[in-house]
Amino acid sequence: MTELATRPPDTVPKTARPAARPHRRRWRRLTTPVVLVVLWETSSRVGVLPEEKLPPISEVVRAGWQLAEDGTLATHLLDSLTRAGAGLAIGVGLALVLGSIAGLLRLGDDLVDPPVQMARMLPHLALVPLLIIWVGIGESLKVTLVALGVFYPMYFNLYAGIRDIDERLVEAARTCGLGAVARIRHVVLPGTLPSLFLGLRLATGAAWLSLVVGETVATQSGIGFLMMEAREFSQTNVVLVGLFIYALLGLLSDLILRAVERRTLTWRRGLQAT
Amino acid sequence: MATRPTGDVVTATGVRRVFGDTVVLDGIDLTIGSGEVVALLGGSGSGKTTLLRILAGLDQHATGDWQVRGNLAVVFQEHRLLPWKRVADNVALGVPGPDVQRRTAAALTEVGLAGRERAWPAELSGGQSQRVAVARALVREPDLLLLDEPFGALDALTRLRMQALFGRLRAEHGFAALLVTHDVEEALLLADRTLVLAGGRVVDDTPVPLTHPRAPDDPGFGTLRRHLLDRLGVPAAA
Repeated sequence: MTELATRPPDTVPKTARPAARPHRRRWRRLTTPVVLVVLWETSSRVGVLPEEKLPPISEVVRAGWQLAEDGTLATHLLDSLTRAGAGLAIGVGLALVLGSIAGLLRLGDDLVDPPVQMARMLPHLALVPLLIIWVGIGESLKVTLVALGVFYPMYFNLYAGIRDIDERLVEAARTCGLGAVARIRHVVLPGTLPSLFLGLRLATGAAWLSLVVGETVATQSGIGFLMMEAREFSQTNVVLVGLFIYALLGLLSDLILRAVERRTLTWRRGLQAT
Repeated sequence: MATRPTGDVVTATGVRRVFGDTVVLDGIDLTIGSGEVVALLGGSGSGKTTLLRILAGLDQHATGDWQVRGNLAVVFQEHRLLPWKRVADNVALGVPGPDVQRRTAAALTEVGLAGRERAWPAELSGGQSQRVAVARALVREPDLLLLDEPFGALDALTRLRMQALFGRLRAEHGFAALLVTHDVEEALLLADRTLVLAGGRVVDDTPVPLTHPRAPDDPGFGTLRRHLLDRLGVPAAA
């Protein structure tokens, strides 16, 4: 009897609360970043943080705005993007070819996979001295470094993606009369797409990382050059602008890839699609 | 039995399959006539599925002679639909011809899923998915349907509905079928003939001379059931 009386007020708030919660939580999650930014700004302004170590964030924004206005930023950004793009294209292309050979053909697996697995143990950024001897300090060094960084995550995810395909689906396709090429097109390729997207996202992250390292070596342009030059003139605010640009590039590329992934892999959200 | 143009869809003699030291199939002779539904019974590990996979062309290591004539379609225990293709594209997979769309819709209508062409496999229940798998087989207009415990993974009620559906489709299309099952009642409800597989050989070959539609309380059903259970090594008292 008491149960009956107490139950309704007990269940009502439970169903009502979750609707309001995500909104409130979002604001709550913003609190710490905002507090940190305000703390940074005020402590730099007051002089607790020395200007040459960490200028106030408003100074960084102003420097960024100035660089954007006189076109310097655009030129350097374009150079960095070109390097990243070229390296990505080469690394992804190579990974797609070698990963498909190793994933689809037994002979390819035996011939291609062992050397790739061995080379993986080398941190590719440690190859910089050797690469300088091989390809010099010019553009090819940066592009090679990016391509190397991109290759591994792409190759391994493609390889694992092909290997993880449910053999039972391949069999079903075979009993439907599909030949080898049709099986690759209708079963293997779509089945590998989720891993391919994961590989591409990791590869893009690796591309930015490789670019950061590559652009600190004897460069005349690019975001990395902008930062190195600013460091020599103790322009800490410009150094920070470069850092923010790198972070934004990483964030933007990931957002774009995730959006493309969501549109391509609609079947994974099958229940929400209708 | 002599092979006639309208005669047997399956003829197999001396089919043998060895996994390592284990002989799973030790010389199987099997004939399935046109339009004949044969149930293949046996305990787990008796090689029922192995035999079906050999006939489906999914086993490259079997020896012996076998031949399948006409169109072949397979329904597996799991639906095996491609999750990235909509229902209609799953059904039409590998089907050539200009009127695929119409045939796909017709097959889906026959299994009671008219209008679900655009659905994703993830949106379907287990029973619906298996219906799509049956439609995928039907659209190929099979002369022989190979079914590997097709209703084994479904709940009891859905299984009864699927068995009734199979009976209707069979009466309509007249395909021959090899139905692998461990369910004696299912075999007696659907098949014209039952085979029992044990020790790598066919140890029992019994016709089921009951009229359709059948029910487990038909006269003669109990006798056959007891006979099959006996051959499967289940004590007669059960």
